[in-house]
Amino acid sequence: MTTRSPVTTLVRGAVAGLAIAAALYGCASAPTAQDDAALTARTIAMMKASFRPKGQAGMDRLDQDETQRLCSQYAEGKLPESVVKKIEQENLAAVKYPADGTLVGDWKAGEKVAELGRGMQFSDDPKKPNGANCYACHQLSPKQEAYGTIGPSLYQFGKKRGYTDQTRTYAWAKVYDAEAFSACTNMPRFGQHHILTEQQIRDVVALLVDPASPVNQ
Amino acid sequence: MPSIRSLRLITGAVAIGAALLAGPVVAQTTLENASAKYRQDLAEGNPADLWVARGQEMWTQPRGPKKVSFESCDLGQGPGVVKGAYATLPRYFPDAGRVMDLETRLVWCMVNQQGYTHAEATKLTFGNGSRHRSDLEALTAYVAKESDGVKMNVSLADPHVKEMYDIGKKAFFYHAGTHDFACATCHASDDLRIRLQYLPNLTKPAGAQKAYTTWPAYRVAQGETRSFQWRLHDCFRQQRFPDLIYGSDLSIALTTYLAASANGAVYVGPGIKL
Ligand code: HEC
Ligand code: HEC
Repeated sequence: MTTRSPVTTLVRGAVAGLAIAAALYGCASAPTAQDDAALTARTIAMMKASFRPKGQAGMDRLDQDETQRLCSQYAEGKLPESVVKKIEQENLAAVKYPADGTLVGDWKAGEKVAELGRGMQFSDDPKKPNGANCYACHQLSPKQEAYGTIGPSLYQFGKKRGYTDQTRTYAWAKVYDAEAFSACTNMPRFGQHHILTEQQIRDVVALLVDPASPVNQ
Repeated sequence: MPSIRSLRLITGAVAIGAALLAGPVVAQTTLENASAKYRQDLAEGNPADLWVARGQEMWTQPRGPKKVSFESCDLGQGPGVVKGAYATLPRYFPDAGRVMDLETRLVWCMVNQQGYTHAEATKLTFGNGSRHRSDLEALTAYVAKESDGVKMNVSLADPHVKEMYDIGKKAFFYHAGTHDFACATCHASDDLRIRLQYLPNLTKPAGAQKAYTTWPAYRVAQGETRSFQWRLHDCFRQQRFPDLIYGSDLSIALTTYLAASANGAVYVGPGIKL
């Protein structure tokens, strides 16, 4: 057995300690920003090699805009306040209002749009109108009990908020681009991504804000 | 045997169909009662057993141009060993130089041992009615059944597997497409419903365990026993992404993430789902 000088032992001990500290640090802490960016790059490369285009869903569906990129980057942690502001400002600036200023259409047609789940899947016929499937995530008319809970109940949305210009404008902008008011929301951007036509958005807005709509009974 | 099962199946399906059709006026409790009765009806016979039986038969038959059976196919436990294999997959296979899930490994054996081309082996990955049943779905159901009662134990010790886990987790939170959806949109919160369907929180062990340990599953609405590759493929469709390639690295990465998240839970599939 060789004898070690106390200094060598001490140095070795310190090195081992550092190695352990490094290992612990590596496990316990979040990966560095560079590690995370590199992992994201490898994920995207793998994604691009793992899909093929089908029907109306081309490979461009995998490309992210700035909002999607940021919402993915911060999905597992807390969204910094600066990022929230950036996303909401950019999306608010992107909201388009109808040229003729008419924000409210026919709630009966809007009810159909809110019910319909079809649209934008590779299995959907692109020639048929898209639905919005608002009921997948929201309670609206109390008559429809098959509603989801991903979003809040919108029952009595207009009645509670008041039948004002402000409510109508907000409803339009929210359906057009939900990210304008709530960064990284789970609600799709129906206008911004051309899921709904201008007229369909008017009709859905009517479902929310028309005093005669079943939503407001 | 099949006739009694299909009779039960029909009774159950009619009850649930009626509940669903009755639509808006049906209270949630009615639907739950219908499902409960349905599950009870099927307690002694999951139609997935028919797929299991067919897969088992296929396992020992000489197949392909080389007339080789799956008994030389190594799922990680040695050639032909199926007992407990599903609960340890995905894993890294040095002979293929790839991390593979069960389905990808079966295709690998069909190509490299039985002599099929890749196109032949993957001609019918998902069945389409009684005249177009998928061999892969049957084989998958059989191998999975051989892990019934076994604890999930997917090891991340191999760096290749760990890399797939990390990428799978990243991909789970990747928002894109016309609807900005990620898997996380529908599967990262507790107690959410889309319409009346409950959505498991797959980011928590309890949710991942309950979901992963019950696939493959007989889907009542489709009359087919579906594999995990099918589950991912169909969720990506709902996510408005393009067509997920069967056995693609991303499909294996997501499977690795979810299977490893289910570690510790007892595998109880194939399951049965509405
Ligand atoms: C995939 C789920 C989903 C779908 C589909 C969806 N929403 Fe939402 N919605 C949400 C979520 C989550 C929120 C809460 C966060 C937020 O404000 O964005 C929300 C919020 C809202 C709000 C704001 C409520 C308030 O009190 O300020 C309105 C209005 C709304 N949704 C209307 C609609 C309409 C109309 C549709 C159909 C055209 C629709 N949503 C479709 C998920 C969804
Ligand atoms: C738009 C919503 C939505 C998105 C996005 C989505 N899923 Fe799903 N997922 C569902 C629904 C709805 C079900 C239950 C479906 C059913 O019963 O047919 C489900 C079921 C599942 C299940 C089976 C759960 C069980 O207990 O049987 C798994 C696993 C799963 N999804 C994984 C994923 C993964 C991975 C992704 C991302 C690639 C994803 N999902 C994206 C809606 C979604």
